[in-house]
Amino acid sequence: MAILLDKDTTIVAQGVTGWAGTHHVASMMEYGSRVVGGVRPGKGGRSHLNLPIFDTVAQAREATKANASIVFVPPATAAAAMIEAIEAETPLVVAVTERVPVLDMIRVKDALKGSRTRLVGANSQGVLAPGVCKLGVMATGSERPGGVGVVSRSASLTSEVVAQVTAAGLGQSTTVGVGGDAVHGMSMRDCVELFLADPDTDGLVLIGEIGGHEEQEVADYLTEVKPNKPVVALVVGSHAPRERRMGHAGALAFGAQDDATAKIKALERAGVRVAPSAHLVGRTIAEALAQAR
Amino acid sequence: MRLHEFQAKRLLADYGLPAPRGFVALTPDEAEAVARDLGAAKIAVKAQIRAGERLAAGGVKIVHGPAMAGKAAADMIGQRLVTAQTDEGGETVRRVYVEEAVTSDRAIHLALLVDPSVGGLVAIGAEDGGEGVEERARRGVLKQESVALPLTGGIDREAVGAFLGRIGLKGAEIEPGCDLVEGLRRAFVELDAALIEINPLAVTSAGELKALDVKMTLDDNALFRHPDLASLRDDDEAARTKLSAHRDQLNFVQLEGDIGLVSNGAGLGLATLDMVMAAGGKPANFMDVRTTARSLDIAHGFALLLDNPKIRTLLINVHGGGMQSCDTIAEGLGVALRRSGRKLPIVIRLAGQNAEFARSRLANFGCAVIEANDMGEAATRAVAVAAGRA
Repeated sequence: MAILLDKDTTIVAQGVTGWAGTHHVASMMEYGSRVVGGVRPGKGGRSHLNLPIFDTVAQAREATKANASIVFVPPATAAAAMIEAIEAETPLVVAVTERVPVLDMIRVKDALKGSRTRLVGANSQGVLAPGVCKLGVMATGSERPGGVGVVSRSASLTSEVVAQVTAAGLGQSTTVGVGGDAVHGMSMRDCVELFLADPDTDGLVLIGEIGGHEEQEVADYLTEVKPNKPVVALVVGSHAPRERRMGHAGALAFGAQDDATAKIKALERAGVRVAPSAHLVGRTIAEALAQAR
Repeated sequence: MRLHEFQAKRLLADYGLPAPRGFVALTPDEAEAVARDLGAAKIAVKAQIRAGERLAAGGVKIVHGPAMAGKAAADMIGQRLVTAQTDEGGETVRRVYVEEAVTSDRAIHLALLVDPSVGGLVAIGAEDGGEGVEERARRGVLKQESVALPLTGGIDREAVGAFLGRIGLKGAEIEPGCDLVEGLRRAFVELDAALIEINPLAVTSAGELKALDVKMTLDDNALFRHPDLASLRDDDEAARTKLSAHRDQLNFVQLEGDIGLVSNGAGLGLATLDMVMAAGGKPANFMDVRTTARSLDIAHGFALLLDNPKIRTLLINVHGGGMQSCDTIAEGLGVALRRSGRKLPIVIRLAGQNAEFARSRLANFGCAVIEANDMGEAATRAVAVAAGRA
């Protein structure tokens, strides 16, 4: 059905009592996601949105048996919240918080080493399995259950591409936003690996941008495994002014190999079909899937 | 946040950075006095702008004696300096840094930064540092070495020593080199830096290490931990538009063209930029409305565009998401148009969260807009409008 999520995904929300937590957790519950508790140090024993509140993730996991967490904790303590969820052996953690200091994310990466946690984000819109579970803050309405897996570094472009895929008569198995920051949890490559192994995913859309080397890692991986599913990519930022910070640190262009042209070439060499323009992604994956049949 | 050379050197002095003796000067008289106090035979007078590659642009002068230092400062202060790394207008020089000039035997490049591919701190370096390192890195002819550094617990001196050997330090230079890297590592972690770059790291004929130029960038996301460092931000002219945009929850980059762009999200913003360029248009800016921006922040962003006389049309490409919906942006536009009173053609594409509500907001504000069905059409329309073809 999906990667990362299924109908048995049960969720605790860290930072649920704040404005963003309240708003988005309510919207997740409305979508049908099984949120079973919240965490807010000092407010354990109370309830919020009709959910029991715990002081720690460990207590919440113990009491509710939740197997996923979503982090709405503000930047100053977001890393501590992620590390707490990792130490409580939460299998899946999604961190939505924007503007987490980069050194804090290195500390989180250190905590991930040897753990049993998969971390998505920070600065991620989350993971969505249409009709199954929404673990994130994305808008819903244009998604449909289907066979296209979407992995992206940009929330806004994910919304756009999901709408295009649906308009092309297809649906999505899962959409994953790996996060817009330079240092984050699961990589695009990790997601591609899961999508290729997922029997319900027929084809993939990769949404990349300038900066970093994640798209090249995907290209190397695809060259190695020779996927049996069509992979389509969009890489934005071909005309971004050099060495200017574009929105988030992950999109900072420096060095020789991280510009859009280099990424497009690497992906094409790996057999990926690159959409000619951002408004043609839905059409490109539809064509690729039709040819694969 | 990028620091000036004099700020970086002052901060890093506490971490044992070996730099030539020097002081900042605001006037030619002060520069002359500093040069006299230094008492060195040769003096370097360096324009304090944040962009690099100053030497080739005349922003660094090596002179003999205090009087010449004063004269060099007079030639620089108040002038705009254009280097390969500034935009066409350059940056205004408000201060000079006056230091004793060091004759170097070798010029090494050394930098500490975060490597996203491993999610850790690294030192990178090259034997052939000095002017033009960026250009050589771009052409792929710079032989770069690197070594991973821990956030806590001190460096592995053996690994760092070997790294320093690969970038051209020899024998007795290795030990002070390790001390330097350890000092920079501590500074990076304690000050929440995003980049510390020494170029060149000079090795004198006596085998001494001297950091001749230092570039340092702080992690904006961590400034809340460093109110003292946040106050180092100065609002010089070049940064002013960016600064006010930043404070208002937008990412704004000024460009040279005539189509004002507004999108929600960096990815969608970059896609819009690409589509406008592909359609033969010239963007006047890049603007990404962040998820936390409210309608008055957004109105401020639109005002930056409406105040730019070069702009002939606006292209607004919004795909409302869970965190930023279409109507907030529509409201920002409505407020800005009412405040400004300027009339210009506006091409808009609204999709996703609250698109319909946004249309009614625009109608209530009396905004005349050209609506496009998808973003490809929006880009072509905006380019045609700007060229006077529609």
